[in-house]
Amino acid sequence: MKALKINNLKKCYKNGTDALKGVDLEVDEGDFFALLGPNGAGKSTTIGIISGLVNKTSGKIQIFDQDIDLDPATAKSYIGLVPQEFNFNQFEPVQEILINQAGYYGIDRATASQRAETYLRQLELWDKRHVMARQLSGGMKRRLMIARALIHQPRLLILDEPTAGVDIEIRRSMWDFLRTINQQGTTIILTTHYLEKPRACARTLPLLITASPLNTPACANYSPSSIWKPLCSISITIIITYPSPFPAVNYASLMTRPWKLTSKTQTVLIRYSKHYLITIFRF
Amino acid sequence: MTFTEKFNAFKTILIKEYLRFIRIWIQTILPPAITTALYFVIFGNLIGSQISDIDGYRYMDYIVPGLILMAVITNAYANVVSSFYSAKFQKSIEELLVSPTPNYLILAGFVSGGVARGIIVGIVVTLVAMYFSSFEIHSFTLSLSVFVLTAILFSLAGFINAVYANSFDDITIIPTFVLTPLTYLGGIFYSIDMLPEFWQKLSLINPILYMINSFRYGLLGVSDTDIVTALFIIILFIAGLFSYALFLLNKGIGIKQ
Ligand SMILES: Nc1ncnc2c1ncn2[C@@H]1O[C@H](COP(=O)(O)OP(=O)(O)OP(=O)(O)O)[C@@H](O)[C@H]1O
Ligand SMILES: [Mg+2]
Repeated sequence: MKALKINNLKKCYKNGTDALKGVDLEVDEGDFFALLGPNGAGKSTTIGIISGLVNKTSGKIQIFDQDIDLDPATAKSYIGLVPQEFNFNQFEPVQEILINQAGYYGIDRATASQRAETYLRQLELWDKRHVMARQLSGGMKRRLMIARALIHQPRLLILDEPTAGVDIEIRRSMWDFLRTINQQGTTIILTTHYLEKPRACARTLPLLITASPLNTPACANYSPSSIWKPLCSISITIIITYPSPFPAVNYASLMTRPWKLTSKTQTVLIRYSKHYLITIFRF
Repeated sequence: MTFTEKFNAFKTILIKEYLRFIRIWIQTILPPAITTALYFVIFGNLIGSQISDIDGYRYMDYIVPGLILMAVITNAYANVVSSFYSAKFQKSIEELLVSPTPNYLILAGFVSGGVARGIIVGIVVTLVAMYFSSFEIHSFTLSLSVFVLTAILFSLAGFINAVYANSFDDITIIPTFVLTPLTYLGGIFYSIDMLPEFWQKLSLINPILYMINSFRYGLLGVSDTDIVTALFIIILFIAGLFSYALFLLNKGIGIKQ
């Protein structure tokens, strides 16, 4: 089953900004999927639409086969969201934020308290449970949002820039944590600017590189040099497969270079699952 | 969501709203108690003793229903407008928007929070009033109904105000320039019989007049307006405002891009 299916998703904001010009995306159940892209690529817009915070202009979205327009409540109950910006009440105590969030998913208070304790301990926030949210440090706030997103035990966890403002130590344990819940069956989608993050999770660097025009069945071209040629074309898909027959490829520079080459970059998607990592560049 | 899940969601919003205004009771519960006590001392005691009875009641007693209802109106409105606006401002409204809680329950939850504050403040003000005045309640059922319906109506109005508000100034404009004048002109301190005919007629388009008078009828048994008409108007307003607020929420006006 697909955890997420997006068909031809378009978003034009009221001020005329064309944030999404027809995104197609599929994420398998159990995947650890990274959406990569420069600032303004449309990552947060996509996530906002999936989770019901942004109205789409057109397109179709399904979460575990539930259409978000036909059965929004069921679709929403599958998703846990960690947004890019802090969005909790700064004047509420940490524990209450979690218990309330559970309540919004229909969970009774006793169960909610138990789960709040579990996740606060796992994310090393238990000592801060009575503290007002605004008194937490930036990294703690981020972890609070992760705990909050997990409180109803979603099948799909979406994290928008989860490691922003988190120190290296915690970042590492956060990746371990995400990897663990992924292994326990939660599908994960995250966005990031840095390759370092999915890479840390992806165990090894991606190895096989393919390029093809977008919307065509994945590529036939297996040479790393082929990546550069299609950059001038309208859109390309780059699929990077694990394990790599090209250990020499400097993946990081590959990722950053084309963004500098063209300002028309729209969305870059990286997908990591057990066997492969897919990157989609759009131009 | 099952019925129990929906009930849990509603209860969560209500408890959260309740804790919010209780936590800051010095700003939410105390001021109306002080203001009412001052009204009683100044208008009731000092000035009121110079004024003759209205509809057979001492001036002090005559102004009690209006003062209680004014506190209910102001507080129900203020609670929802500031709570929902700050949820928008801090983006914590997104916690609800990503959840499966249906919009009508979100609305009902915020409105119930406003009603809870309206009722608590109303009770506090009533206690203060009982210290200064003495009367027997004419109809407890009618008083309670008008009291609760008014709290619902103005909670809904506060909600709509918050949906449209883009700044903290926007949440004080309506209370200052619309609500307060209409409340004062709604016959808290006088019977419209005391006004020239033109102003009497004009007063009749003020919906707050009907609420104050039906509440006064509930407490004292005297009114300038017909009670059935008054209740009809209040319920009509509630239905209209509820539908409109729900429409705004469904559309995502002011909360979704
Ligand atoms: N509320 C809004 N109103 C108008 N335009 C917006 C709004 N939010 C985002 N945009 C525009 O939509 C485009 C995509 O923005 P989005 O936030 O989705 O990018 P992003 O990929 O998440 O970027 P970042 O990496 O900086 O978080 C940008 O051009 C942005 O200016
Ligand atoms: Mg973003």
